[in-house]
Amino acid sequence: MDAETHWLWSWLATAGLALITLVTRAFFLIPKEPLPMPQWLSRGLQYAPLAALTAVVAPEIFMTDGHFLTTWQDARLPAAACATLYFVLRRDILGTIAVGMLVYLPLHIGGGW
Amino acid sequence: MTYWLQRAGALARAPAFAAGVRDMLTTLPGLGAWGLVTGVAVVKAGLSLPLALFMTLTVYAGTAQLAVLPLLAAGAPLWMVWFTALCVNLRFVVVSTLWRSYFDHLRLRHRLALGYFSGDIMFVLFTQRYPEGVKQAEQLPYFWGMASASWLGWQIPSIAGVFLANVIPLEWGLGFAGVLAILGVLYAMLKDTATWVAATVSAAAAVAAFGLPLRFNTLVAIATAVVAGLVMETAQKKGLRHGR
Repeated sequence: MDAETHWLWSWLATAGLALITLVTRAFFLIPKEPLPMPQWLSRGLQYAPLAALTAVVAPEIFMTDGHFLTTWQDARLPAAACATLYFVLRRDILGTIAVGMLVYLPLHIGGGW
Repeated sequence: MTYWLQRAGALARAPAFAAGVRDMLTTLPGLGAWGLVTGVAVVKAGLSLPLALFMTLTVYAGTAQLAVLPLLAAGAPLWMVWFTALCVNLRFVVVSTLWRSYFDHLRLRHRLALGYFSGDIMFVLFTQRYPEGVKQAEQLPYFWGMASASWLGWQIPSIAGVFLANVIPLEWGLGFAGVLAILGVLYAMLKDTATWVAATVSAAAAVAAFGLPLRFNTLVAIATAVVAGLVMETAQKKGLRHGR
């Protein structure tokens, strides 16, 4: 690709990505008519947002470079554990983030975990 | 134009709008750190400053952006870039079926706008306030309160990341704050055996199926969690009927 083609390609790619965000997030909001959906499916889908968040977050805690952790000396584990404990005691998301990062950053940056 | 401004003004003055902002605020340090890191990563992948800003402001989807950055840096074919983003975003398609029950009475343009601005965490917070799936007038200002806080809380740090890309080292792992924010939101949702089982199953499936391409592990996790949740509900009902 020469410079001009590359410029055009990268802007086109990004504009397409924006359109994809719109279409995927709004997908089933687009049709006007009600969706024909069996009752069991609409009940089951109540678990989808919870499952989606879990699926995004679990590999971020338990995996490195696509593999399950092979060591306990990873700053994410004690950080997640302390954050969890804090949430159980206080049920406060802001504090959960703060406690987790207070454990994570020194271990990760200072200790190389 | 004036009509839309008036409408937006009326939404922003409703008490539920402020409640939406407030509920979103607690997660913003995490979301913001994630935005910051994403902004840095976009520039580090070699995108020019104007293009990086354009991407941040229009694509507005952290996981998809991070997934396609290596492809953009390598000059991959367009279809591959788009197909990857599409697959990473499929979880939003599933969640969009749920937004319907609250907002399907609105006009198409408004429904599209709602969809575009609905992030990962928003539906979870929304259903904590409105678990019944029944329409209420205050749901619209509540949504836009969350959406406004979420947009600003993502865009400002993300743009800062674009400009400060050479100052903020990715090795610090600041993005982990985003993981912690989601963790907190998740814990707040675990209210009975069925949700516990669904979350555990989803986590295990997402890790086990991580080897699948294009983050299909997310879809596998959602499907198994939905089945597990339904099975648990049925089992609990049977348990009640038999009087334990």
